[in-house]
Amino acid sequence: MLRYLVRRIVLGLFTIWFVSMVSFAIIQLPPGDFVDAYIGRLEEDGRITYADAAAQLRKVYGLDQPVYIQYFDWITQVVQGNFGESLEVQRPVADIIGDSIWLTVAVSAAAIVVTWIIAIPIGVYSAVRQYSRGDYFFTFMSFIGLAIPNLLLALVLLWTGFKFFHVNLQGLFSQDFVVAPWSLARVGDLLKHLPLPGLILAIAGTAELVRILRANLLDELHKPYVVTARAKGLREREVLVKYPLRVAMNPFASGIGFLLPEVVSGSVIVSLVLNLPTVGPILLRALLSQDMYLAGTIVLLLGTLTVIGILISDLILMWLDPRVRLVN
Amino acid sequence: MSTVADRPEAPLSPLDDAPLVTTTPAAAEEKISVASQRQLMWWRFRRHKVAMVAAGVIALLYTVVIFGDFFASSDPYDSDANRTLIAPQAIHLLDNGQFVGPFVYGLKGARDETFHKIYVEDTGRRIPLTLFASGYSYKLLGLIPSNVHLFGVQGARAEDSLFLLGTDIQGRDLYSRIVYATRTSLTVGLAGVALSLFLGVLLGGLSGYFGGIVDTVVQRLVEILGSVPSVPLWMGLAAAMPPNLDVVRVYFIITILLAMLRWGGLARQVRGRFLSLRNEDFVTAAELDGAGPRRIIFVHLVPLFASHIVAVATLAVPYMIIAETSLSFLGLGLRPPAISWGVLLQQAQNVETVALSSWLMLPAVPVAITILAFNFLGDGLRDAADPYGV
Repeated sequence: MLRYLVRRIVLGLFTIWFVSMVSFAIIQLPPGDFVDAYIGRLEEDGRITYADAAAQLRKVYGLDQPVYIQYFDWITQVVQGNFGESLEVQRPVADIIGDSIWLTVAVSAAAIVVTWIIAIPIGVYSAVRQYSRGDYFFTFMSFIGLAIPNLLLALVLLWTGFKFFHVNLQGLFSQDFVVAPWSLARVGDLLKHLPLPGLILAIAGTAELVRILRANLLDELHKPYVVTARAKGLREREVLVKYPLRVAMNPFASGIGFLLPEVVSGSVIVSLVLNLPTVGPILLRALLSQDMYLAGTIVLLLGTLTVIGILISDLILMWLDPRVRLVN
Repeated sequence: MSTVADRPEAPLSPLDDAPLVTTTPAAAEEKISVASQRQLMWWRFRRHKVAMVAAGVIALLYTVVIFGDFFASSDPYDSDANRTLIAPQAIHLLDNGQFVGPFVYGLKGARDETFHKIYVEDTGRRIPLTLFASGYSYKLLGLIPSNVHLFGVQGARAEDSLFLLGTDIQGRDLYSRIVYATRTSLTVGLAGVALSLFLGVLLGGLSGYFGGIVDTVVQRLVEILGSVPSVPLWMGLAAAMPPNLDVVRVYFIITILLAMLRWGGLARQVRGRFLSLRNEDFVTAAELDGAGPRRIIFVHLVPLFASHIVAVATLAVPYMIIAETSLSFLGLGLRPPAISWGVLLQQAQNVETVALSSWLMLPAVPVAITILAFNFLGDGLRDAADPYGV
């Protein structure tokens, strides 16, 4: 069990290292750096720049060093909790990201919870009433759910709300709470706004989980122990919930592993459509202005949090399923 | 509650898979035992009605890809400030209760009470639709000069053109633009799919065949790649491309890069197959005959699950389409003047615009249909890939 745990943690660390390399490389890819963009903007504004301004700025920001030294400088700072300074607005990166990373976590968590809430009853229904009209309906719906990119779903919901109900579904807070300091009321307001983006992000994952749960449960439902339980006089509901369902539920814990990267990816896009104050819009802006520390930090944070989420799901799985504990 | 016997998900016996011809069971069985693998797959695939329909839809879509200019009714780049945001035109068959064949009414501009520009049908002016109308000239397949289009309005004035699905903000015909977008969106991701297929088969095969340290390294690599959220990475890559490159080429490079992150799922499936097949007798026989690993992998093993790989590749296409649509929508994928579904949907970004001109959301329809069709086709192929059912 300890070996399993250590293996997962080492793997997680490797993943985070990989993410940090890639995110740093991405920012390094474009020809020209932040200073070029900055000087270009100054000149566009009609402000005077002197000849060696670029070279000096590069020196100040350490951009004249080789790439691996820049990476090393950056990663040592990050490990110490200093994410560097945004080159564009000259404020600490941590300040700019601020709450938005936690709102991203909140949206992603909401998506996972909504996925479970929808997928469990539907999956159970589809398995128990196999080939019923309802089963066909849900199977068809889950295909549709898989087929519609959440970007389109967000657009259509937004349009429907605007056109037919005259409400704007954008944002995560009501007008009164957008800039208000954190309070119980603000949290309550957030909770009221979370289900919609949660639902949009949950659709594709739900479709997948329903199909897995249905297949797993169908495998279990016909095993002798179920017949035994029924023969002993347990009510149908108890037979189902006490034995086969618990076995079939495994993918719900392990599923976080494949759901979470998708949900986090999706949240970036959906946030841009729904105008959510998550890291999605900040990332897009940072990338477009080549603000390397900001963009790099966001990609790194998203990757790290995803890995931590997956690690947690591994722990849940270990707790749920003795086979994982004992075999490894 | 059903019993095991009537669970259709239980493996079908070869007999159940018999082509539904009126023969005696014995004759059917004989037919199966001599049928080639391709025949068996075809029989099984044919039973999957939805997949058959999906295959038809995809064939149609790629016909549109190949003969796009022929299907378009007007030049997709032809903009005109005098005909912006025209609603889709209705096709009429009857004029004053008399059948006159398909036609649309001419449009005249007007202002509503808020001085907002609107278009009203001018019922006095009938513009007949014709099949194989001549329109703007193009080169069929890039070779044969032609100006024949599937349908259109013969020799009409510019402002009398046909706008089957309305026009966009710059007055360009949305229907023709969707046709062109289909061409881009359905082809630009294919190279990426091919590459991830290649990597998946190669690395999955090595991993499953050799096992040991190779297996461990490849599997850990798959796990690492699988737990990284791909969209932020992809956004980064797209934004990091030099802006002076041709947009389509930039996008092509991005799909290739993404393919290098996305081969994991396929590698896993191939590995699983290899693991189960490696210990089969025929592999041992080949080894005893002195066949090297390369020969065993490519001659003996790969053909066995080639059909399975085709199915998985089919299921990978919609992923590429979604990715293209999403990235272009964000302004990081393809950019105008390129026309793709994502580029068209960019115009639907603003809720207020869409509320007034809801037809701007129409490009979402082919996206959904295509993804659905590929999913159904892939599902059918996957089932058919195992003629004896698993």
